[in-house]
Amino acid sequence: MTSPTTSTPTALSLAEARDALKRRELSAVELTQAHLEAIEQARVLNAYVLETPDKALAMAKASDERLARGEGGPLEGLPLGIKDMFATEGVRTTACAAILENFVPVYESTVTSHLWRDGAVMLGKLNNDEFAMGSSNETSHFGPVVSPWRRAGSEAKIVPGGSSGGSASAVAAGLCLGATGTDTGGSIRQPAAFAGIVGVKPTYGRCSRWGIVAFASSLDQAGPFARTVKDTAILLRSMAGHDPKDTTSVDRPVPDYEAAVGRSVKGMKIGIPKEYRVAGMPDEIEALWRKGAEWLKAAGAEIVEVSLPHTKYALPAYYIVAPAEASSNLARYDGVRFGVRVPGNDITAMYEKTRAAGFGPEVRRRIMIGTYVLSAGYYDAYYLRAQQVRTLIKKDFEDCFAAGVSAILTPATPSAAFGIGEKVSGDPVEMYLNDIFTVTVNMAGLPGIAVPGGLDAQGLPLGLQLIGRPFDEETLFSLAAVIEQDAGRFTPARWW
Amino acid sequence: MSVDAATVRRIAHLARIAVEDDEVEHLKGELNAILAFVEQLSEVDVTGVEPMTSVTPMTMKKREDVVTDGEIPDLVVKNAPASQDHFFLVPKVVE
Repeated sequence: MTSPTTSTPTALSLAEARDALKRRELSAVELTQAHLEAIEQARVLNAYVLETPDKALAMAKASDERLARGEGGPLEGLPLGIKDMFATEGVRTTACAAILENFVPVYESTVTSHLWRDGAVMLGKLNNDEFAMGSSNETSHFGPVVSPWRRAGSEAKIVPGGSSGGSASAVAAGLCLGATGTDTGGSIRQPAAFAGIVGVKPTYGRCSRWGIVAFASSLDQAGPFARTVKDTAILLRSMAGHDPKDTTSVDRPVPDYEAAVGRSVKGMKIGIPKEYRVAGMPDEIEALWRKGAEWLKAAGAEIVEVSLPHTKYALPAYYIVAPAEASSNLARYDGVRFGVRVPGNDITAMYEKTRAAGFGPEVRRRIMIGTYVLSAGYYDAYYLRAQQVRTLIKKDFEDCFAAGVSAILTPATPSAAFGIGEKVSGDPVEMYLNDIFTVTVNMAGLPGIAVPGGLDAQGLPLGLQLIGRPFDEETLFSLAAVIEQDAGRFTPARWW
Repeated sequence: MSVDAATVRRIAHLARIAVEDDEVEHLKGELNAILAFVEQLSEVDVTGVEPMTSVTPMTMKKREDVVTDGEIPDLVVKNAPASQDHFFLVPKVVE
């Protein structure tokens, strides 16, 4: 007998698939097979940089056995995609960088090991900007990712956002039920908004960074992508948790985030920061933002205007702190212990040639900026000042929360997605401006969620962002669920 | 502040990235665009403001000072571009 769930399993939400597996209406092998076929048919999107079908089917088979014995974990049999920033034991992990193109980890990242502990199935590794440095997934060594979305009446290829572009594209196109991402300045929330799906950047310290290729350690945080708010809540519960191997990982219980979905938001105070009304913001984004506030108000929340006076300084401060930390983290790629080596006459020439050949232009640029701002004579003027500004940015949020605000509502991005190759003016700052609404959250270590709000006149998705108090992801899930219910869900028309 | 060609070469050397002569001008332009962008931070009054060292208030956890890992030299050198007898091989550094 064919039920709607078994006929198109890739269209199920992660929660629906979980429940269908539990009821034995569908097997994990069938669900995985359907996703492997979808991936094969969608190679034009370039979302996966490595497909692991044999591993996926073996994991699915083991899940079916556990489910048959009634021993299934919270994610038992659910096929996921993994951003190529997460080390996966025995499975090539490259950060989509030439310098790591042959790296096969001998260990598993903590976050992915939590997913496998809970029964999830790995479909493969997902494309991203090289070392997660980018906002359009155009800097990947494996080439750009294509969004499943297109402008109405156009065949032009659209970017999925970045750096977790493969994750966003794969989730939106039904090539996995959910995916992992990493977010240093917006790399989960911006692509989620561009792809019309949900993405969560948890509080700094909520997920272990151990085994994730490091970009900027004081900003990096892992989080989930999925097509519904509930699905991201389910995934985050598994991904989060204390890890003694990461000293910045917090030792506090992981709540049942799924239970927060559908919880009343009545009486919550929602802040609308006036500084996010930036010049040149399209009317459609402004209108969506207003609509988001109306939806929350209709659900019983109180809307208040708030001020985050240092907002405009977050992005410039980020472009000092993040490259500084990156230049230090990426010093490990020296052609000695792992990765690619280019021979040289002496050891310095070997380092310099290896790193010139192994890093792409964006990564090289950031390492050089980072090296400059940390160099003797410039440290105080740049790095120290940026860290002082960061303290002020965090204080803006603290003042706001101290005044009783439960969460802050903003647009997720200043525009809808753009076309591949459309932003190559030669001024790197043009691309950086994509992260203007998301980067403050990383600078302050707060949790943020991007949830779809609607489509623009050209038919491309637009997202809203909710920013929460530290470790209060639950409130974000409750609020995002209200927006989701009113805005509806968005699925791209299949063209691939 | 802005960088000149000599500074670009010096930064590249500090970062151990070989830069060809014909790349210097282009890099100089890009780096100066970023430096011009971050220049706006000089408007902010940071008098008496503590620089951020940790985004979430926490004391660094310390574990017991005992050996918890090791005896895995095969795995340690597994991804090395050149190794011999569990040593990493590099070009000669001492004459």
